[in-house]
Parts: sequence; structure tokens; C-alpha cells
Amino acid sequence: MVGDTGWRRNGWIAFFVLPSLIGMLLFVIGPIIASGVLTFYEWDLLTDPEFIGFDNFRRLYHDDAIWQAFKHTLAFIFGYVPSVMVLGLLLALALNAKLKGLSVMRTAFFLPVVSSWVAVALLWTWLFNPRYGLINYGLEQIGIEGPKWLYDADWAMPAIVITSVWKDLGYIAVLFLAGLQAIPQDVYEASALDGATRGQQLRSITIPLLMPTVFFVSIIAIINSFQVFPQVWIMTEGGPAGATTVLVERVVKHAFSYGEMGYAATISWALFAIIFTVTVIQLALQRRVAYDV
Amino acid sequence: MSSAPRSIVAVPLAGESTSQISEKKNRISILFVSLRYLILIIGGLTMILPFMWMLATALKAPGGVLTIPPDIIPDNPNFASFRKVMDVVPLGQMFINSVVVTTLVVCSQILTSALAAYAFARMQWRGRDGIFTLYLATLMIPSQVTITPLFILMREFGWINSYKGLILPGIASAFGTFLLRQAMLKVPREYEEAAFLDGANHWQVFSLIVLPMVRPAIATFAVLATMASWNDFLWPLFVTNDANLMTLPVGLSLLQGEHTSDWNLIMAGAVIAVAPLILIFFAAQRTFINGMMQSGLKG
Repeated sequence: MVGDTGWRRNGWIAFFVLPSLIGMLLFVIGPIIASGVLTFYEWDLLTDPEFIGFDNFRRLYHDDAIWQAFKHTLAFIFGYVPSVMVLGLLLALALNAKLKGLSVMRTAFFLPVVSSWVAVALLWTWLFNPRYGLINYGLEQIGIEGPKWLYDADWAMPAIVITSVWKDLGYIAVLFLAGLQAIPQDVYEASALDGATRGQQLRSITIPLLMPTVFFVSIIAIINSFQVFPQVWIMTEGGPAGATTVLVERVVKHAFSYGEMGYAATISWALFAIIFTVTVIQLALQRRVAYDV
Repeated sequence: MSSAPRSIVAVPLAGESTSQISEKKNRISILFVSLRYLILIIGGLTMILPFMWMLATALKAPGGVLTIPPDIIPDNPNFASFRKVMDVVPLGQMFINSVVVTTLVVCSQILTSALAAYAFARMQWRGRDGIFTLYLATLMIPSQVTITPLFILMREFGWINSYKGLILPGIASAFGTFLLRQAMLKVPREYEEAAFLDGANHWQVFSLIVLPMVRPAIATFAVLATMASWNDFLWPLFVTNDANLMTLPVGLSLLQGEHTSDWNLIMAGAVIAVAPLILIFFAAQRTFINGMMQSGLKG
């Protein structure tokens, strides 16, 4: 840079970088390191922290409640990810056109996305109310006796999945829409000249060219669902009878209710390890299923 | 939406007249359009009905929801539940807390991220790439990992139940720095070289040349940061237990425990919590949707 040498240059660099770097070091990078250290300690915040080696990890491995929470988190993912992706793609395909009234519809799908999770979870708790809720009333009208939803160990997780799909659908659809609009139009025009039908175009152009987006969206959806929390906390708090405990809920319970800072940190690192592994596998898969245009 | 309806050139097949083909084409495209509308209308109603139910419940007097069949349009809409919910929890104060926290967090994130992004994108210095890689690495680590030590740190600082505890941990953003750096990398060098020759300093180049050119990226980030901060639940849940310092989502979660059955009040609270962001969304839809499209790296 012209005119800037030595300490003056360094002064400028510090001026630009330090506000962010100090914040990052103090509130992100520092805590990440501290969290790693914390996994080797037992600390209830009342007495001094006690070094316990790998005890937290041993405990984690033998903790049935954690394995249950892991199982429930997986159940959530297996319900949520395919539904939100299929519906999101369908919606994106429907939205990817010039139609009258389209912007109104698009707005509708975004209302849940911009709403706070707490408000949405409360709304759906009310909708799922077994006696006075709108959903069971609707089911009754078509002759179905609705389940007790959040009060029923078998139906609580499906209710949480439905709520989550409803909230995230617009977001997932817009990610797909971005992918769809990145497909060059001339590919369609060329195939139309060769007499391809709409169905053939969908099968041989849209879907293969959309594969990178599908992978990308699935990574985001899976990462987000491993961190499923507010909806569970509000709608069931892990209940009924522990049927919907999930990993983040375990972190919060152990830190908050049981005062086990070290163990809470250990669970959060296990969560990171799982997310990291799954993401690496997905990226490797994506490279293997490469699509050559 | 950029994709116009495609004109499909029909190639006549043996035995089919051109008019037969175009009639078939018409039927197919009418089918497609109706299918689109069907998906969008069913989907759109599924999205809007619950909100209408939220509003309808909130507009009934306290204790007035438990009717069968449920009345979607209240007989006598009134704000009694809104008034009463304010007595149950200090929702007005919580609203102010949310506005203050979100405003300060978003403004400081934009400021610190834009400054750092400038240093990462437009300046050469030792350690730059290492530090930037460190920033990117933090994006992979879920926020739950930092929350326990961060809580302990806030306790040490005495920042539990304070604006400081709610705001300061959010002053920097690795995601924002990344997003703005990417945008600043695209600004042509010629502009700033000319400015430097004219004797401008880095602050002038930053504020007068680079910043105005990355305005769309800043808007994108502002939208995403506003949503994240306004709706954040986990951190305010940890750092506040005094109702007067809670933000709306945490305060709202409090309602349910204390008033499980009075859904009129809870829904009135929910309306207060979602209305501001929905109004902002109506005002800046395009920015929101573009921001969403680019939000991939978040999370």
C-alpha cells in the first residue's frame, strides 16, 4: 500500500482486525479451547473444579440416557430430513416459474421461517392439544380419532417432526430454488429442440444438475437436525417419560439442572464429533457420486 | 424469478398434424400450471392457517378458547389477552430487551465483521491466512460447545442477568467476516489504487470505496444476523433468569410453565414475539429471500 510502512501499517491492520479478533478470541475461540479442557474436569461451579482424566468420556459411553437421546435425535433426523427435502424440492419446482400470485404464496412459506422457534413451538403445542387443538378437531371431522400427540410417547416425536418440517420448509425450498435457477436455460432449450418432454427434462436435466444442491441441502438439514433443541424444550422438555430427549437437551440439562459443567461439555464435543463425521462422509459421498455434465 | 415460461418448438411427427401437437402441448402445460397452483395453494394454506389460529386465539378474551367446535373467527375480537399477558410476565420490558439486544448485536457484528473483512480481503499481512482459517474452523463447531465455558465466563465477569452478558458474547461473527470478505475480494483494485495515489488512507478507502460497493452483502448479513439474534433462545436461556432481563423468546417460554392452560395469553405473547420480524420481512422481502439463499454456510 502506498505511503504506509512499518508501525503505521501495523496500526492500520490492528485497527481493522482487532475489534473482531478480540471478540472472537474472548467469546468463541477461547471458550472452544476451554470447553475442550473442561471435558477432563468435574465442576459444579460451587466447589473447585476437579481433574478426573477421561472419566467423563467413560461415563458418556456407559450413559444410557445419552444413547437414548442419540437414538431420539436419529429418529428425528430420519423423520425430518427426507420429509423436508422431498416437500422442499416439490415446492421449489412449483415456485420456479412465472405465475400470477406467486409472490403472495412465497411470502406465506416464509412466515414460519422468520418466526421465532419458541413462538412456533408454542403455537403447535396448542394446535396438537388433544382435546381443544385444531388438529384433532380436523381429524375428528373426517372420522379419525386423533392421538394424544405430545402426551403420547409414540406420537410426541412425529409431532415435533411435523412442526419442524412446517417451520423449515420455506427455507429448504429457497435453497433448492437457488440451485434450480443456477441451471442454465439453454440446456432446456436444446433438449426441447430435440423433442424432449417435460418429464424427460425433469429426469435427465433438472435432477442430475440439481444433485450438488441436493447434497448441500442435505448436509445443512442434517447438521441442523443434530442440533434440534428449542422445539423439544418447549413442546415436551424431553417427555413424555423421556421419549423425546435429544443431545442438546442433554447438554442443557446437565449444565443447568444437574450442575455438571464438565460432563455437559463432553456431550457437546460428542455432538461435534458426530456432526463432523457425518459431514465428512457426506462430502466424500458427494465426490463419488460426481455428475459430469 | 428469472425463468420465463419456455417456448417449446414442436417438431411434427409422422401422422400428427401441427395443430394436434400444439393442442397436446397446451393440455400438458395447463396440467402443469394447475399442478403448480394446487401444490402452492395447499402448501400456502398449511402455512397460513396456523398463524390465523394464533391470531384468533390471541384476540379472544382470556379463558375463551376452550370451545368445541373451535371458532376460527372470534365473535368479539379484543385485546384483553394482550393486556393480561403483560401483567403475567413483563412482556413490554422483554420486548425492549429484545430490541436493544438485537440492535446492538447486529450493529456491532456488522461493524467488526466489515472491518476485519477489509483486513482479510484488501491488506497483506503476516498471519492473515492462518487467522482466517481459524475463523472458518470455528464455523464448523456447534454453538453448544462454547455455551458451557461461556456461561462460566459470564459468571466470573458478573454478567449474568445483564445486557452485557446478552450482547457482548455476540459482538464478533466469523460468518459475517467470511461473507463480507468474499464480497470485498470482488472489488476491483483500481479504485483503491487511485485513491491511495490521491493520498487517501485505509479508513477512507474502507468507508468511502469498499463499503459502499459491498452494500448487498451487508444487507444479506444484516437480515440473517437480525433473525438469528431476535430468535435466539439457547444463549439468553443460559444467561438470564431474571424476567426483567429476558428477551422475548425466553420470556415466552416462561409463560407456558406458569399458564399452561391459558392459551389466549400464550398466543398473545407469541403474536408479540413474531410480529416485528414478520413486519420487517414484509418490508424487505427480497433482501430476506436473497439472504436465505446465501445462508448456506451458517449453522
